[in-house]
Amino acid sequence: MNGGVRHLYVHLPFCASRCGYCDFVTLVGRREGHAAYVDALLAELWLERECLDDRAETVFLGGGTPTFTRPEELARLLAALPRAAEVTVEANPETVTPVLAVLLRRAGVTRVSLGAQSFQPALLAVLERRTRPEAVRAAFYYLRDAGFDNISLDLIYGIPGQSPADLDLDLAEAIALGPEHLSCYELEAKPGTRFTAAHGEELLRQAEAVEGYFELVVETLVGAGFRWYETANFCRPGRQARHNLGYWRGEDYLGLGIGAVSTVAGVRWRNRPSLAGYLRALGEGRRPPRDEEPLEPDVARRERLMLGLRLDEPLSLARVEGALDGKALARMERLGLAERRAGGLVLTRRGRFLGGGVTAELMAESPAKSTI
Amino acid sequence: MSSLETIRNFSIVAHIDHGKSTLADRILEATQTLSQREMREQVLDSMELERERGITIKAQAVRVLWRGHQLNLIDTPGHVDFTYEVSRALQACEGAVLVVDAAQGIEAQTLANAYLAIENSLEIVPVVNKIDLPQADPDAAAAEVAQLVGETPERVLRISAKTGEGVEDVLDAVIERIPPPEGDPAAPARALVFDSSYDQYRGVVAFVRMVDGRFSTRQRLRAMAAGTRFEAEELGFFSPDRRPTPTLEAGEVGYVVTGLKEVSRLRVGDTLTGQDDPAAEPLPGYKDVKPTVFAGLFPTDSDDYPDLRDALEKLKLNDASLFYEPETSQALGFGFRCGFLGLLHMEIVRERLEREFDLDLLVTAPNVAYRVLTKAGEELEVHNPAEMPREVELVEEPYIRASTIVPKDYVGAVMELNNERRGRYHHMEYLSEERVLLAYDLPLAEIVYDYYDQLKSRTRGYASFDYDIIGFEPGDLVRLDVLLAGDPVDALSLIVHRDGAYARGRALVDRLREEIPRQLFDVPVQAAIGTRIIARETIKARRKDVLAKCYGGDITRKRKLLERQKKGKKRMKQVGFVEVPQEAFLAVLNLDGDRR
Repeated sequence: MNGGVRHLYVHLPFCASRCGYCDFVTLVGRREGHAAYVDALLAELWLERECLDDRAETVFLGGGTPTFTRPEELARLLAALPRAAEVTVEANPETVTPVLAVLLRRAGVTRVSLGAQSFQPALLAVLERRTRPEAVRAAFYYLRDAGFDNISLDLIYGIPGQSPADLDLDLAEAIALGPEHLSCYELEAKPGTRFTAAHGEELLRQAEAVEGYFELVVETLVGAGFRWYETANFCRPGRQARHNLGYWRGEDYLGLGIGAVSTVAGVRWRNRPSLAGYLRALGEGRRPPRDEEPLEPDVARRERLMLGLRLDEPLSLARVEGALDGKALARMERLGLAERRAGGLVLTRRGRFLGGGVTAELMAESPAKSTI
Repeated sequence: MSSLETIRNFSIVAHIDHGKSTLADRILEATQTLSQREMREQVLDSMELERERGITIKAQAVRVLWRGHQLNLIDTPGHVDFTYEVSRALQACEGAVLVVDAAQGIEAQTLANAYLAIENSLEIVPVVNKIDLPQADPDAAAAEVAQLVGETPERVLRISAKTGEGVEDVLDAVIERIPPPEGDPAAPARALVFDSSYDQYRGVVAFVRMVDGRFSTRQRLRAMAAGTRFEAEELGFFSPDRRPTPTLEAGEVGYVVTGLKEVSRLRVGDTLTGQDDPAAEPLPGYKDVKPTVFAGLFPTDSDDYPDLRDALEKLKLNDASLFYEPETSQALGFGFRCGFLGLLHMEIVRERLEREFDLDLLVTAPNVAYRVLTKAGEELEVHNPAEMPREVELVEEPYIRASTIVPKDYVGAVMELNNERRGRYHHMEYLSEERVLLAYDLPLAEIVYDYYDQLKSRTRGYASFDYDIIGFEPGDLVRLDVLLAGDPVDALSLIVHRDGAYARGRALVDRLREEIPRQLFDVPVQAAIGTRIIARETIKARRKDVLAKCYGGDITRKRKLLERQKKGKKRMKQVGFVEVPQEAFLAVLNLDGDRR
């Protein structure tokens, strides 16, 4: 096992119910199928063992709702996964019990990412979350009591009906719990979804106000001593999500499970989302059906630019050579949106608020030959 | 058989949609020039665009045989913009069939075409068409057209080109009423070039009317005005396909394949003669038409500039009235300032460039030509608002005499519109109890924008409109500039009447604020006359533009999203630091709707 890949992602698709805004690969219920799925995950891990490094740096269990997986199956999975410096599990508050918290801790989990989203019942209801604010707080304390010293909270802003005061309250509640890490995302209402159909009008109405929410989030959290180390992520010193940092720094990763994506040695593949196909193939000892794309060096450099500029650490210019439009860079510098420092390129504070547009500016024309 | 006595050269002229092309089709059928099987709608309108729009752009000549006579039918465009092409075609004829819709009666272009035919001393065969329509009133239409051309109503033919009824009578009348061509078959050869086209393989093909003498295949010819020499590689006529013949005789209409590869070497209006036994005098040439409407044409992708140049050169051969010269715009890069006969002409040129030459174009707001006297006493003709000097002694603009025919209930609406457009009442005339001809003098600049649309909507489509340029008159005109983030944008400059300048500036600035997306920084949009800012708006900077989250599973998708965003930028024009979508350059076109 010395393929060099140091980051492992494991997808656990099962959920108690599906939230209206969610666009991840998820499956509702099917508790009787969890064991077979974990078998398949482990079979896939065995097939891909060659590409992993001897010492994994991070393992991340994402979903779905990993903590909705039957506890004995979750424990079996965790026990079989490689040891790593950071082992993160995503959790929904309503699934976290004192017993589960202890189970996770004992199974070697070092970090829990708790999907709080909001602390207000009305907004949680809009999001179709089956939880209440008390459950979020309770879950947090169960985890702390079980010995977790690295807990992250997910918040969503721009929820239909959410006023700036509502957002202030959510941030204050989150800070009061004292997490080591916060991820704050603006709600993405995809056109054509049930959620957008129900709330589209309200989203449109509040669009202008919501434009200022990102600034509010950053100001509040930075004011509370968090480091704004990635576009949507904030941490106490030294508490970055190391697994995600791997993505943002352009490192290779292996993904297991349905819909999971891997990027290894210049190739990216995505497992197909069908559970039946996944189980069948691995039951027969074959790799699951997946779509592969070669990651040409110029594409990889463009991705490195896109991801690297999300971070507050300088991006080495050598690593994005050819992907960066020099003239645009000069323009962005003059507009005070980007800066060249000793270590490389960073976006200024205002540049980070406009990171998408600035990156689109900075990205050199893709070569005529289109990839994929 | 082609002694002059058995030849008739004629055109069909009509207001748009009065059935000219259908009549031409029926003539081809009745004379068995084409079998039913070969027939398709509007055979003469060979260009795809023509068939689609139901209008004829290029004159074409077709030879048909009828009762022992050779009839040359020269098709002409019907629209106001193409008066020049009509006049060229008419010069090759001795007569014209004037078609009037039995339900509509005389329209503005009927008048214009009739006057053109009369000016060219053509014999007019008046025809009332569409008598099969339930709402047809052939008697009323016949009375109107008879009065117009000075005939008795009984001599007006009544036909239905659609059913074919009366079409043979039209052919008989052409033979009986239209005189045979005059010319001297024994004199040195002279032929009038009334049109031309470019064939990729055979070079320039000239459409000619032989006046005197004859041409033979392989004869060495000369264009008298241009001095161009070439050999007649092939002679022939259209029936309706190309039919080569050994000779073209005096009085006949046909084509000459010149083999010339340079489109500029044979001007429409020139006279062809033999190199060996040349005529002493050229035929009276056509008047040199002057374009009335100008606009900048820019390739969307600046790499296409050479292709655009090529395409314009080729179009120019087919369309002698097209004028172009290179233009460089700070905002739009390299392109051409083009002159057109009118708005429809501009539209057609643009569409032909895009369709036939596969070009993606940006067309700036059209403007008219101005005559300028500078403070230094220098006289200029300005085709481009960005070139209008800021300090001028005097500016003159072209005026038109606009003839509008409307049902009497709409007279007030037309007068109101013309008054809003700085029009001066000239006269009014009742064509019948119901229909009125209104004549106004108007600055051409006032109809260049959305005059037609306004006229149509205010008269519920009943008005017909035509105009002639009557000359230049001084006006209190000012140059209105637009500044984006402090930099003037040449492609957005306008010349406007001082009284309307403030409203135009305000409307333009408002419009641009809507059209230009928010940028990464604040963009002031200003309208200015000279150094005086008369309107200002600010496009506020975006506050936030991020992809909310990006983890291992969605890197490919997010990258493609950014690449698409990048591509979207490419379609914008970078003006200084500001990205301006192409549509914004057209914003000036749509201002009139909001300006009052």
